[in-house]
Amino acid sequence: MVITRTVEARAAGGLSSLEQELLRLAGAVPDPELPVVSLAELGVLRGIRVTGPGQVQVELTPTWTACPALETMAADVTAVLKDAGMSEVTVHTVLSPAWTTDAISEEGRRKLAEAGVAPPRPQTLGGTGISGPVALDLAIHCPHCGSTETRLLSRFSSTACKSLRSCKSCGEPFDHFKEV
Amino acid sequence: MTATEQSRAAAAPASPGAAAAEKAAPTLEGPALAAARALGDDALVLAQRLGEWAGNAPVLEEDVALTNIALDLLGQARTLLSLTGDEDDLAFLREEHEFHNAQLVEQPNGDFAVTIARQLYFSVYQELLYTALAEHGGDLAPLAAKAVKEVAYHRDHAEQWTLRLGDGTEESHRRMQQALDALWRYTGELFQPLEGLGVDLPALRERWLEQVTAVVEKATLAIPQGADHTPWAAGAGRQGVHTESFGRLLAEMQYLHRAHPGASW
Repeated sequence: MVITRTVEARAAGGLSSLEQELLRLAGAVPDPELPVVSLAELGVLRGIRVTGPGQVQVELTPTWTACPALETMAADVTAVLKDAGMSEVTVHTVLSPAWTTDAISEEGRRKLAEAGVAPPRPQTLGGTGISGPVALDLAIHCPHCGSTETRLLSRFSSTACKSLRSCKSCGEPFDHFKEV
Repeated sequence: MTATEQSRAAAAPASPGAAAAEKAAPTLEGPALAAARALGDDALVLAQRLGEWAGNAPVLEEDVALTNIALDLLGQARTLLSLTGDEDDLAFLREEHEFHNAQLVEQPNGDFAVTIARQLYFSVYQELLYTALAEHGGDLAPLAAKAVKEVAYHRDHAEQWTLRLGDGTEESHRRMQQALDALWRYTGELFQPLEGLGVDLPALRERWLEQVTAVVEKATLAIPQGADHTPWAAGAGRQGVHTESFGRLLAEMQYLHRAHPGASW
């Protein structure tokens, strides 16, 4: 997973105990659209660096380029870090490497399913890592009854990152976190 | 934007042609700036056109789909335009001739088939272009590598509808063919060389034609045989020359910001 690698790399390079604590606090901020998962579980928190007394820089990456929740995430992270005593919080948006649904943690996937959102399937990205998505053959389980008999209603749903499906077994419609 | 890019942005001198150099110093300059802005204009203008379907699409799912695609494009536009100056000034305060989007994206929505034909032509193009940009590296690569994954969904959407309309009823077949024919003349411009982009656009046309042809023929339709540009339109959008309806699009998009400068929610 891209995310943890970035953070772990920093940790190996000497993430201070303060940075570790701030990373934990920022990572625990709930996603504004899907509050059952945290930013850390979603894999959008890319790194944190204390640059001076009371000064901290945070790197966030959007799930989808136009994700309107990104501004709220930045505001929420800023508020949490200010509460933790940091006076100057700067949030940078990073696009590269591009976020992928593979960055969502196992725990995050479990929580999404519990909240009625079918989690994304693992990506099988080709050599480039930039090839398109849409391997629609793998079964998607209905988050309500667990059936694999589900069908796509629309590739686009209530937010940019989800598609709309319905279950043939229990008849319920549900959102699916679509793979990127 | 990475920290490195930010410091570069801060250090970059304002380009003489930049519309909003005082507010946000552009990261890019010269031909690279112009190329990024042209692609940003493509995304912005198509987002605005697709947004016109909000509340008007044939079914609710399409209302949601077309506006989601519009939102993706708006995100791309914001990133691209921000590399070239202040995004709001660029979107809301430029005149018609200062926009360098291709004429294809400004074409009116027409009936649903026209919108789908425009989506098919443009999303196949954008997927090829972003893939090439991501491989090329450079300043646009981070956005391109990210956006290409979104564009794959746009292309899929356009393909599914082309198949459904083309291979549907007699009427939907007729309209889809009519739409493909009507917009064909705007497709040549997409492959005009764009200085500063670092991608050989003319070289992408062959693969574009292959991919579009495959979808069109599978949909029992025919690839238009006429010229892919008109004598007066070749490359015109990229040079700031636009078709009649573009002014009205801008008027709607820019009205609020110009009437109430600095207004916010």
